[in-house]
Amino acid sequence: MKNLKLYLPVIGFAVLAVFMWRGLYLDSRTLPSVLLDRPLPEFELRTLEAGDQLVTREDLPDEPFILNIWGSYCLPCLQENPIFMAAREAGIIPIVGVNYKDTDDAAREWLDDNGNPFTMSIVDDTGRYGIDLGVYGAPETFIVDAQGVIRYKHIGVIDYQVWDDEIMPVIAAVQAEEGS
Amino acid sequence: MPTRVISSLVLAFLLAVGAQSFTSDVHAAVDVYDFETAEQERRFRELSNEFRCPMCQNANLSSSPGGVAADLRREIYRMIMEGQTDQQIEEFMLARYGDFILYRPRLTLQTVLLWFGPLLFLAMGIWVAISIMRRSGHVSPDSVSTLSSAEEARLKELLAKKKDSASDRI
Repeated sequence: MKNLKLYLPVIGFAVLAVFMWRGLYLDSRTLPSVLLDRPLPEFELRTLEAGDQLVTREDLPDEPFILNIWGSYCLPCLQENPIFMAAREAGIIPIVGVNYKDTDDAAREWLDDNGNPFTMSIVDDTGRYGIDLGVYGAPETFIVDAQGVIRYKHIGVIDYQVWDDEIMPVIAAVQAEEGS
Repeated sequence: MPTRVISSLVLAFLLAVGAQSFTSDVHAAVDVYDFETAEQERRFRELSNEFRCPMCQNANLSSSPGGVAADLRREIYRMIMEGQTDQQIEEFMLARYGDFILYRPRLTLQTVLLWFGPLLFLAMGIWVAISIMRRSGHVSPDSVSTLSSAEEARLKELLAKKKDSASDRI
């Protein structure tokens, strides 16, 4: 008992040190999404493709899909685009775009220049739908399952490593679920 | 000399306060909304100070120039004008951005340590202080040093000697 008291400060220090050491490596920039395992929020918005015609959740794919928040001003989106293009060409998963706080002209030009991996691009020029999605900047990427439930969220750029290590396993899991 | 120090301190303080009010003026001018009542305006100010900007993370909504902060201020304005309560607005924010958006964390199992940790440390400090005070206040007979008569005589001699040498120096 006497000995234990003697070591108390050392134990206290060790506990604090472990917490603070962990704190050094916590990524405070990526917030966990509260929308995980919740249905995709409702919307009624235009698309870049269909003029004034409004789309809702009903118009989204019946199978699992990726929802990617992008903008023509967004440099990391340029980096993601080839990965999404390859995924589309390989028929891995449909990708729906949300053109976030952009102008239609700039967005269309960007798609012409860089290639269009999206089955459609929902227009959220005011950023109002982004708020419902808990988005705070492009790019952000959601994986939605066949039931329309958000299963995964990635904040920031998707590079090949993130695609292989994080996105593909989730896609595989969500698609396997659907098949069973 | 001290008055100079004091006056320069006062000057530094005034400069700091002035700079502060200047910057907050600049931020306050970011967007212009029309309110019907002063109460609505006060609530708008209060709420946009209460919520944290999810993008810049170390600023509240009212001082953040980030795009999403402006959008969220617009939403707060809309909800105030629609007559929603502060509680409803907070729920709106929480449902989308989670606990992160609150500068004042809610009391949950995860934040218990955050809320009561300082009290815990205070209690630990008081406990340590009390136990130290008790130990030093409590004098056991064993700990009183007993000198033999020879030692006592030598002690007296040494003290007398020290007194002498000290008075010599003066």
